[in-house]
Amino acid sequence: MSVDTDTVKRIGHLARIKVDEQDLASLADELNTILGFVEQLNEVDVEGVVPMTSVIPMTQPLRPDVVNDGGYASKIVTNAPLSEDNFFMVPKVVE
Amino acid sequence: MTLVDTRTPNPDYFIAGATGDWEMVVGLEVHAQVTSQSKLFSGSSTRFGEPPNNNVSFVDAAMPGMLPVINEECVRQAVRTGLGLKAKINKRSLFDRKNYFYPDLPQGYQISQFKDPIVGEGEVHLDMGDKVGEVTIGIERLHLEQDAGKSIHDQHPNMSFVDLNRSGVALMEIVSKPDIRSAAEARAYITKLRTILRYLGTCDGNMEQGSLRADINVSVRKPGGEFGTRCEIKNVNSVRFAGQAIEYEARRQIDILEDGGKVIQQTRLFDPKTGETRSMRSKEEAHDYRYFPDPDLLPLEFDDAFIAELAKDLPELPDEKQARLVAEYGITKYDASVLVASRVSADFYESVARGRDGKLSANWVINDLFGRLAKEGLDVRSSPVDADQLGGIIDLILNGEISGKIAKELFEIVWSEGGDPAQIVEKRGMKQVSDTGAIEKIVDEIIAANPEQVGKVKDKPSMVGWFVGQVMKASQGKANPQAVNKILKEKLGL
Repeated sequence: MSVDTDTVKRIGHLARIKVDEQDLASLADELNTILGFVEQLNEVDVEGVVPMTSVIPMTQPLRPDVVNDGGYASKIVTNAPLSEDNFFMVPKVVE
Repeated sequence: MTLVDTRTPNPDYFIAGATGDWEMVVGLEVHAQVTSQSKLFSGSSTRFGEPPNNNVSFVDAAMPGMLPVINEECVRQAVRTGLGLKAKINKRSLFDRKNYFYPDLPQGYQISQFKDPIVGEGEVHLDMGDKVGEVTIGIERLHLEQDAGKSIHDQHPNMSFVDLNRSGVALMEIVSKPDIRSAAEARAYITKLRTILRYLGTCDGNMEQGSLRADINVSVRKPGGEFGTRCEIKNVNSVRFAGQAIEYEARRQIDILEDGGKVIQQTRLFDPKTGETRSMRSKEEAHDYRYFPDPDLLPLEFDDAFIAELAKDLPELPDEKQARLVAEYGITKYDASVLVASRVSADFYESVARGRDGKLSANWVINDLFGRLAKEGLDVRSSPVDADQLGGIIDLILNGEISGKIAKELFEIVWSEGGDPAQIVEKRGMKQVSDTGAIEKIVDEIIAANPEQVGKVKDKPSMVGWFVGQVMKASQGKANPQAVNKILKEKLGL
């Protein structure tokens, strides 16, 4: 698997990372080096092996259905560049 | 998902076009808010109508370092719903991140289930009336995911306001197979699904508050042909709008195809004001969600005992209840379907019908009580006439103490004044007169006062109805109609 400059541009955009035109080629090279490195894993035969999801054998812990958090709206918006009545304010987004 | 056509084209559903008939193919993704106290991955409240950002924890606001821990009740609710949809329950499921940017999605991704959902294939049965009959709509899957926050656009000229109270609330996305073939079926499907969810208590089904929303996939084709290209109508929040949106969208696609054009796969919005759908352009390029397993969450696993425990406490569901009401009370399938539309109305009916005449009880509950409640905009729970009172009225009819006509008056009195029906009848002298002596006396008077009519009735026996009316009037409706008929016929020599 390898990526070209168009793909780099696209994933940059999807991640909202601004990439200058002149950096695209070198970024594609870097990414292809990483992908090439990871591709070595394909040499291992994993037929019938269940993907490991944790280094210790455990399942997802469950939480009881109790309200024990929230109720501090002013703290939530405290770092917001702009807020009003505890709403976040953002540049207008309208469909 | 491989698309399989499970339906036989039904000409009743065909849409006439300039080049012949067309058929629509519809599949729905219903987002149902899970009934729970706290959110899917945090301990903040799910309560509706709270002040902005009051139901928000640092987890819901996606502050750095915050980790999700799943709510066990939401897991149970999803499994209950799966059982109610006769679906396969997956004892191991995975959570994935669905990545996109939007101001009301603070994480920059939604935690959802992509490849391995908690619930697999199931089915919902629809009764589409005598002509079409029963229709089975396949369920492809049900998965758990987080809701997003809410953006408000009309508070400020160039800013949007964001409230994260809904952010992180648990949703079940219930995906149907493309088995729906008309707007009526889509409406029936949403209604039935909502009824099932309400019976199970897993979602309140309140569409006005956004607890139930549907994304609707619509495509058209020549009857029985290859599936066409679909468009997805996002976030429809009423059963009626769903029907309108589908009708409009199918027609729009047919017009494009008949003009030699091609349907472009896209996301659209339904505008209730115009009844039209329009393209949501901004969503198009964002469609690459780059799902990957959420590294913060281990696989969700449970055993058969966990499922069995939930199955044990499952309530009787609408289909089973309907069948039982028909068998136990001898009512029609249609009446039973009206009664099982909600658990409270079915319970109300059973309290009335138990130990009484099932059919008569159904008539009174459906026509008189439900009819009246609908007229006044009331719910069964706030009915001024309770099951005991209505049962009391029916007892009086069955004992022959009051006529059907008096019963209606009695119902009005109980409705507006309350009280015990038997006592009211006693106190106000509303009892039906079955005493033949008393009726004979009235009949004699009527005959004596109307010699002209008596003359005519000999040639025209159907005129006896006029006499019955007169006797009923003179007795203020209390005379037993069968007795009146019998005595009149004897006296008039008919």
